[in-house]
Amino acid sequence: MTTQTTAPETPSARKADTAAGLLPLPEKAARALALGGSALTIVSTFLAWTWTADFPGDLTVYGYPGGLQVLVLIGALLATLFALASYGVRGLGWLVPGGPDAALRFATLATFATSWYTVLAISTDLGGLVNLEPGGFLVALGSLAALAGALALPFQRPEPEPIDPDDTGWEKFKHGAAYKWETTKAVFAADAPRPAATLPSYAEILIIVAMLALGLVVFTYGIGTEYDEQFIGFLITAGFGFAALNKAGLIAHASQIASRHTNITICGAFVAAALFPFTQTNDQYATLGVYILIFATVALGLNIVVGLAGLLDLGYVAFLGVGAYAAALVSGSPSSPFDVHFPFWAAVLIGAAASLVFGVLIGAPTLRLRGDYLAIVTLGFGEIFRITANNLDGTSGPDLTNGSNGVSSIPNLDVLGFDFGAQHDMGGFTIGRFANYFFLMLIITAVVVLVFRRSGNSRIGRAWVAIREDETAALAMGINGFRVKLIAFAVGASLAGLAGTVQAHVTYTVTPEQYLFAGPIPPNSAFLLAAVVLGGMGTISGPLIGAALLFLIPNKLQFLGDYQLFAFGLALILLMRFRPEGLIPNRRRQLEFHEEAEAPTLLTKAGA
Amino acid sequence: MTTHTTTQDTAPGAPAPGETVLDARGVTMRFGGLTAVRGVDLTVGAGEIVGLIGPNGAGKTTFFNCLTGLYVPTEGEVRYKGDVLPPKSFKVTAAGIARTFQNIRLFANMTVLENVLVGRHTRTKEGFWSAVLRGPGFHKAEKASKDRAMELLRFVGLDHKAEHLARNLPYGEQRKLEIARALASEPGLLLLDEPTAGMNPQETRTTEELVFAIRDMGIAVLVIEHDMRFIFNLCDRVAVLVQGEKLIEGDSATVQGDERVVAAYLGEPFEDAPGAEEVAEVEAAEAHAGTTAEATGARADTTTDAAPGKENDR
Repeated sequence: MTTQTTAPETPSARKADTAAGLLPLPEKAARALALGGSALTIVSTFLAWTWTADFPGDLTVYGYPGGLQVLVLIGALLATLFALASYGVRGLGWLVPGGPDAALRFATLATFATSWYTVLAISTDLGGLVNLEPGGFLVALGSLAALAGALALPFQRPEPEPIDPDDTGWEKFKHGAAYKWETTKAVFAADAPRPAATLPSYAEILIIVAMLALGLVVFTYGIGTEYDEQFIGFLITAGFGFAALNKAGLIAHASQIASRHTNITICGAFVAAALFPFTQTNDQYATLGVYILIFATVALGLNIVVGLAGLLDLGYVAFLGVGAYAAALVSGSPSSPFDVHFPFWAAVLIGAAASLVFGVLIGAPTLRLRGDYLAIVTLGFGEIFRITANNLDGTSGPDLTNGSNGVSSIPNLDVLGFDFGAQHDMGGFTIGRFANYFFLMLIITAVVVLVFRRSGNSRIGRAWVAIREDETAALAMGINGFRVKLIAFAVGASLAGLAGTVQAHVTYTVTPEQYLFAGPIPPNSAFLLAAVVLGGMGTISGPLIGAALLFLIPNKLQFLGDYQLFAFGLALILLMRFRPEGLIPNRRRQLEFHEEAEAPTLLTKAGA
Repeated sequence: MTTHTTTQDTAPGAPAPGETVLDARGVTMRFGGLTAVRGVDLTVGAGEIVGLIGPNGAGKTTFFNCLTGLYVPTEGEVRYKGDVLPPKSFKVTAAGIARTFQNIRLFANMTVLENVLVGRHTRTKEGFWSAVLRGPGFHKAEKASKDRAMELLRFVGLDHKAEHLARNLPYGEQRKLEIARALASEPGLLLLDEPTAGMNPQETRTTEELVFAIRDMGIAVLVIEHDMRFIFNLCDRVAVLVQGEKLIEGDSATVQGDERVVAAYLGEPFEDAPGAEEVAEVEAAEAHAGTTAEATGARADTTTDAAPGKENDR
């Protein structure tokens, strides 16, 4: 779908100096087309797109949008706003600190992709274009017109490199392809946004609240999508919409404002997360919420080890397993060999301590290795844990873990008379079992975030980063590399153990097969590492977002089935090619970009 | 340089002049069959700047690595203020020897200030729990470290770039930052490994002043360098290392005048020195070449004072 945008028009690249658009249209006409197309798309979302309710989401109603129409409407509204801002309409200038055109292109692309996806999905699901009502054709036409208009807007073409006449045909083809790719990038490139103005602090806090509310709405919508088409449409709209906001410079502004009020932002984010169970009417999606939170918390713990200290740990899920087993064994479960029932606080301490000991035991011999060797050894230890847990069943070893059956029937938690297994009424809302655990897990997440932030910005955190950057130099600066790395390893391990203690109660059963290196169900070592890398190493929000995406996508897209891991690998390759720093770039990288805007002379010298 | 503002308070434990800070005795380093350094003795007194020169491959950096704990000498011992050096490089730094690297090794993705703060590691104690719990002591120690780091950045003239990433600094400033980072560990002896490699004459001059300022703080300096003018301006004593052995040690004039040093750098004359015949022959050839003679003369001039720095990673 995306290739279509550039392929046919590139012959016009000959007249490189003129700031023309991809399509040969005068600028005024193009802008009007973009605005008109977006407006038409808005109107068409209020019409019926198909005649039958067989297509999920009920798109047959005149008068108000439903299902995928809502997503198209949001995209079209965004496009219309950017189009109006590009006309220089008063009061909309704040929307586009980075220039309106690139943002407009992405917004129209979001609208176009979502609406054409919907129209095509209707046609294929129901068998033919005949199933489309006039509204369906209208939206296709409107979004295409808007996209065409946006692409016809002028942009800064890259300078074509001269062609070597001795080149073979293949080299010429490569040359041409490279230029086309450069042009494509230039189409969607935006200027660096101007720095955000300082607003009165109450206004900035209101903006933060609005951002968090938006985040909560987007997340709740995504987790609540009911059918494949809706989730794909959500991903398309959210992805391109986010890109549009980013190109408009709004993301940069938002993060600047958030960084001025870090503590408020973090507290607000926790409040927003705590509000999530109240948006759910039944336990179905709160279940997803608590699983995502467990996954995200463990990923954040891994981020200390990988993102800060730079130790590639491929067996991290074992620490989650140690915590879960420790909590399960002292939970009073009938299949536990120990007939004890510890209170939760004691179980948490035991779980964290067991993981800590395990972490030190594994770390002490392995942390003398560097780089790839460490990764291989941790991978091995992760498997050793799983196989050992499998074998401690009374026949091949002492009866400790009940073998492959695992420790089952783990009772629900009961803290100070609060039964986590039962429903509770809170201010008119019914809070079910998973929502209870969601709140508990949120506290654990808060602990992990606190540890991550505070240790990261201190003597020990700087030592971790120094070791990651250059171990020899760090040693020469008096850092006891082994000790510092062992601390990182142990801290990461005990945080995972902490999450494990809750996980044991949430899942009722702890089996060795939950702690694989790679498997289809998320909390496994490969997915944890992927969540960190995908989200952005060394950040707090990165692994949280990465984990949410990595959990939701396989969970929602059931049709992927056996191709799930294949799609995952493909997505990871694409991400590493086009955004190697992850979805949320680290502060240091931001600083790099910041300096690029501020003092370009510095960057030219620092090329290597 | 704003040296004099900091001189007084930065050298509380400055040793009395004449005291030996570094004492290397019979240091030998073997890698399998290869003897890189053989029986080298070297002392550095308090408040002294000592230079270590030698042609490429003479074993200077190996010797340096023996002093900083990266290598443990096969034979001989190195004493710092009377105590034998521990065999780990981070313990050596804690003992009071700081170093810079021949090819700059900054923490490229940390800010300038953070780089210096890492250098404070051995002089601060806050551990993991202190960082997480953040008691009053933590904030105090953190602030003291930051103040000290900023002071050092002012000293080398980088305080206005404290929040820049180290990788974005120009080359000369990266060298300065490396020195500031080494000074942050409050050393009694600073080892500089080719501090002016790749610098232009102006930057070399600045570095020279910086090294003098460091000496004035009461820190002894041992410096490896190929830039002879720099070394002879700077050093109280110069030791020459050739093929792993110390050839000569003495003040600039002695070393400069020594034939063996010249021979080590430029090669020895043949067994039977060229007779008058050959000289005349060569002169005739030179006259014939005419225009090229000037160029060769110029080149001969530069080789002595600006030998090319090796492993220059720019």
